[in-house]
Amino acid sequence: MLKKRIIPCLDVKAGRVVKGVHFEQLKDSGDPVELGYQYAEQGADELVFLDITATQDNRKTQLEWVKKVAQKIHIPFTVGGGISTLSDAAAIIESGADKISINSAAVKNPDLITEIAKRFGSQCVVVAIDTQRVDKLNKVFIAGGKVETSYLTEDWCKKVQDLGAGEILLTSIDHDGVKKGFAIELLTDVAKKVSIPVIASGGAGVKEHFLEVFQKTNVSAALAASVFHYQTISIPELKLYLLQHSIPVRYVQF
Amino acid sequence: MIGILDYGAGNITSVAYMLQALNVQFFISHEKKVLEKADKIIFPGVGNASYAMQKIKEYDLTDFILRYSKPFLGICLGMQLLCEHTEEGNTLGLGIIPAKVKKFPPKGIIPHTGWNSVHYQEQIIFKGIPQDADFYFVHSYYVESNPYTIATCMYIIPFCCAVQKDNFWGVQFHPEKSAEYGKKLLQNFVNL
Repeated sequence: MLKKRIIPCLDVKAGRVVKGVHFEQLKDSGDPVELGYQYAEQGADELVFLDITATQDNRKTQLEWVKKVAQKIHIPFTVGGGISTLSDAAAIIESGADKISINSAAVKNPDLITEIAKRFGSQCVVVAIDTQRVDKLNKVFIAGGKVETSYLTEDWCKKVQDLGAGEILLTSIDHDGVKKGFAIELLTDVAKKVSIPVIASGGAGVKEHFLEVFQKTNVSAALAASVFHYQTISIPELKLYLLQHSIPVRYVQF
Repeated sequence: MIGILDYGAGNITSVAYMLQALNVQFFISHEKKVLEKADKIIFPGVGNASYAMQKIKEYDLTDFILRYSKPFLGICLGMQLLCEHTEEGNTLGLGIIPAKVKKFPPKGIIPHTGWNSVHYQEQIIFKGIPQDADFYFVHSYYVESNPYTIATCMYIIPFCCAVQKDNFWGVQFHPEKSAEYGKKLLQNFVNL
């Protein structure tokens, strides 16, 4: 049986892992290679690295740490941040990342999704979408959640799938950092509308939130950062808890 | 010495890094003369089937692969290309494994992405790996069950996730991305 994935997300700034509440107030909590390795050892199914400064500062993701991660960690990982061209994506994939994620660049140039998918396959293309409620509508935001776009989240999700995205990483800005649970209603809706895997992001505070998102929605994976970085939740305990509640997860006893 | 067959279509970096982690000597090439020096060949692949077959023909590797008599391992697309035909781009494969490659029926999330249990019928490359252990998959096309199936997986339908015919091996999942068990499987292949 296909397992539900647990994905720690490491937001990287200047080569260090940080995570802020509502994308602000960044706190430093470690080296990406070391943290990633720890998570892989604990049974994380996959890792996502987002260079959160890259888009705003127009800085390209530095590739040295990507290469180090690929050499040391033998589970799939995604790298996002600052990818705006096919050659940016190619450089990251050739450094050893399995997938790239694009966010603002996909909104500005939707053809980029297709270009990367054609060259490396859809499975390489994760479209990260930051969403926020505005006047009772779910709207897509870019530039690290700072700029509202004209896209409705549900429409944009469908469109990125049609353009060749292999996965959608959906982050609710309203829920991110609040630790009161995932955006269940929105995730239920989006997971029904698309036929590619959806990764839930934003809002995990306790184990029960992961159970809720897997029980109530059809998402393929759940992503979180600070609860793992600050060891509020340990991955082996979380997986055991999910297994006890009949959620299929990969559980390896080392 | 392992030769990684680089036909310019797949992600070979991860395979190379896993071999490094195993302290195995390897080289990467698409030239017959160089590949002949290897004791074993790994044929990795993520990407498009018709593009990959076109590259194999361009590098004049078809006969070389068909006549190869040392252990040969196709990974993911590499396994699919060992088969007769794939629905992906209506492409003829190498025809070593008498099986067809089909697209998953649209009854679930595609691609099949993530960790899934592998049920093997024969030890050999699965030696030391627990039955039904999870491996990492990412694919939209699958190899039909065939007489050379050595392991199966269930996603939407049951499908063949590992094959062996003589010196030719194929795995649909990515051992290079499947943590400890993937490492063990590659070690077993290296030890053949």
